[in-house]
Amino acid sequence: MTTATGTTAPTGAVGAAHTRVEGLAKVTGAARYAGDIPYTELAHGWLVLSTIARGRIGSVESAPVLAMPGVLAVLHHGNAPRVDGDYTGPLGPPDPILQVFQHDRVPFAGWPVALVVAETPEQAREAAEALVVHYDEEPHDVAFHAGNPRSYTPEGPQAETSKGDLDAELAASAVAVDAEYTTPEEHHNPMEPHAAMARWDSGRLEVVDTNQGSKFVADELAKLFSLDPASVRVRSEHVGGAFGAKGTRPHQVLAVMAATALHRPVRVVMTRRQMFSLIGYRSPTAQRVRLGADADGRLRALDHAADCRTSTVYEFIERSADYGRSMYDADAHHTVNRVVPLDVPTPTWMRAPGEAPGSFALESALDELAEKCGIDPIALRARNEPDAGPVSGLPFSSRNLLACFEEGARRFGWADRDPRPGLRREGRWLVGTGTASATFPVLVAPSTAAVTAEADGTFTVRITAADVGTGARTALTQIAADALEVAPERIRMKIADSDFGPAMIAGGSMGTRSWGWAVTAAACELREQLALGGAIPPQGITVRSDTTKDLATLTAKERYSFGAQFAEVAVDVTSGEVRVRRMLGVFAAGRIINPLTARSQLIGGMIWGLSMALHEEAVRDEASGGLVGADLAGYHIAANADVPLIEADWVDDPDADDPVGIKGIGEIGIVGAAAAIANAVWHATGVRHRDLPIRPDRVLLAGTTAGAEPAYGEVETPGVEGASGVEGAPGAEGASGGDRDA
Amino acid sequence: MALSTSSAITLNVNGEKRTLPVDHRTTLLDALREHLDLTGTKKGCDQGQCGACTVLLDGRRAVACLQLAVAAEGRAITTIEGVADGERLHPVQQAFLDLDGYQCGYCTPGQICSAIAVIEEHAAGWPSAATTDVRPEAGVPPLTADEIRERMSGNLCRCGAYVSIVQAVAQAAEAEQAPFSGPVDRVDTANTEVGA
Repeated sequence: MTTATGTTAPTGAVGAAHTRVEGLAKVTGAARYAGDIPYTELAHGWLVLSTIARGRIGSVESAPVLAMPGVLAVLHHGNAPRVDGDYTGPLGPPDPILQVFQHDRVPFAGWPVALVVAETPEQAREAAEALVVHYDEEPHDVAFHAGNPRSYTPEGPQAETSKGDLDAELAASAVAVDAEYTTPEEHHNPMEPHAAMARWDSGRLEVVDTNQGSKFVADELAKLFSLDPASVRVRSEHVGGAFGAKGTRPHQVLAVMAATALHRPVRVVMTRRQMFSLIGYRSPTAQRVRLGADADGRLRALDHAADCRTSTVYEFIERSADYGRSMYDADAHHTVNRVVPLDVPTPTWMRAPGEAPGSFALESALDELAEKCGIDPIALRARNEPDAGPVSGLPFSSRNLLACFEEGARRFGWADRDPRPGLRREGRWLVGTGTASATFPVLVAPSTAAVTAEADGTFTVRITAADVGTGARTALTQIAADALEVAPERIRMKIADSDFGPAMIAGGSMGTRSWGWAVTAAACELREQLALGGAIPPQGITVRSDTTKDLATLTAKERYSFGAQFAEVAVDVTSGEVRVRRMLGVFAAGRIINPLTARSQLIGGMIWGLSMALHEEAVRDEASGGLVGADLAGYHIAANADVPLIEADWVDDPDADDPVGIKGIGEIGIVGAAAAIANAVWHATGVRHRDLPIRPDRVLLAGTTAGAEPAYGEVETPGVEGASGVEGAPGAEGASGGDRDA
Repeated sequence: MALSTSSAITLNVNGEKRTLPVDHRTTLLDALREHLDLTGTKKGCDQGQCGACTVLLDGRRAVACLQLAVAAEGRAITTIEGVADGERLHPVQQAFLDLDGYQCGYCTPGQICSAIAVIEEHAAGWPSAATTDVRPEAGVPPLTADEIRERMSGNLCRCGAYVSIVQAVAQAAEAEQAPFSGPVDRVDTANTEVGA
């Protein structure tokens, strides 16, 4: 392993910057992802998706397609093998989309209706596009909006929390905020499309996949196809991004079906467009936040009601209102998540599910409250620091939010900030800064690991971890090295193979913590055995661990990571464009295993926040029920030119209850980032943007309706000023832009 | 008369002549991946929107998904597998490795091929939308962070590695002024392969 520091101490690997173990393979193109591995006699499956949003499949006209060159099979609801979806996995019952081709109902646009399998991808694609499917169409409803009468509060204790008398505390408040915020449908879009190869090999089902947990996928496939779990092997060596979208999805099920039917290896790869209806996404949200406070900003009332949307076949809740349950206390405190089922694809977990949209609403509302109270946004948050969990009453394992704000404010230069909005003008640009808090739960799940002392002096670690770009493979190498008290170069880290046994998936910011715990347990025991002396036999000495019992001893606490987000934006008053000029995130997120890759991951999360604030929006067409422009041209994710210099750093915050001190860093980077940007846009322009993304047309429209916005304040009509202010402005091409909204 | 729908073509890939039969519908991307086992070139969208399949065609960057294989005959094709000098990494590869200019690595081959061409385009005096003075007499503009961001914007990275990508491209551009430094530390990749 190369190291950025150039030192290879025998211990002390954790905390030192290490380049990625698989880095050379990734920069040379040698790293093989799921769709990259050749197989003899490989056949190619191409999905056909429904073109209607609700109804029944009348007929699938297979015969003409089967006569096309190279076509081997057309699978559909009339001929597909039966699968059993009647089970509950670790994440609940399966999404019905996994029971592919089991009935003729179409619950949304883009539902899988057929799979065409052919000798080559070109043949499969042409045949799939030629396949005629007749439907009996029924009326559909995809319109999501606040206050839909079909919305309901889901069952279970987590849907709603309540304490105190909300109306009384709001009435007694000197200052109040009552505002609605919306976030749009957002899609994961990992760069690597979902791909799976399935084949039968000596009586075992082998799947080469791109996923967040190979044992998890193997167990689901075993249940769906009624197989002995030991007869299913799933591997997923390299994963080109996941973000919550790479659990079990229809492509793995279909590859298995086709391989079983054809007795040869079959690979199914989704197209980019197909991913928009098959892999899940983040539900749009409509959130109402009511805050009541004393004049000094102390919260008396906090009410967060969040509406989200799910499909008609599966209830998935985007738990936006959970955010305030750990963050801010109030005498009266109420949070509720509601959902409305519509004729749309089922949403799923997407990076910081709940916290990402929830923090946008609540952290924006806090900024509005700070403005109304006339106190600094950071001071407002400091004034409302709880001593214990606002809802649970439990103590925090650690809560270093204010340390993040202190360090962040110092580095960002927050003390010099004039709080008044709409005052800073550079040519046609209005400039402002904003801040927001961040938090994310710290969780851990049982995992198993095996560590082997080899006769040649190396150590082999086996664990069904997944490295989805997080750097988990490298972090676990460092953790194993320290636990074994050897140099990282002596560790061989083998991951992402279901044969290695049960382990947590790469999700919930829990992966490295859960796996690190298991690796540490096995490695420490092995080190103790080796300390007794004796030769290592040719097969090595292996110690296995299972953290199930250890984790059961963890006491109930409020366990969270925290962070402080800062952003500076410039708003072009002539075009409405918002540019982020710089961002800083300071996090208290446990012990940082690898500063090099951790910084990348935190910055990546912040870029997701930038992208969420300004760019990302899937537009659903109410007439067709499908998306408009479901591809990477129609759905904009932040490109290089959208992203300024972004810095992420951390304060010392080791978790005392974790053997390595880990909390988890996969998701907290996005939390609060969009709110910090929206708050900065207000500071720049004096206009509150409560609907994401903050598109140019929204900025311009807000400017023209300034009279309706009491906070707009100091800013004159943009177009008039813009025409003169444009001269000499950096990047100004001419004064014509100033005419736009004059 | 039935028209033939496939042809035997010869592609010049990474300095090597490779003859293969291809369906006329086959893109250069699929020819590389499915026929020549050069899977370092990635498919992210298959419609020219993401840049993951960026290769060098006669030294200039192109997305291989929008190029038919039959149309690439006679052109010099360089893929990620062909940019290193034997065991020595290209300075762009080395910089991506050292500065963590990636996370999942899927867009990385395209980013690296793109960056190699960006550095050459810039050195040759090609302006970009970020170039403030495009008059011929202004000469080659400095390769600022804004120039790199603009020129690299055809390559999407969902992990959000842009900050270190910009730093890596800048470092590589500087390194290319000097001759290659010593051989790269080789990393044991044996445990990162999935065998067929």
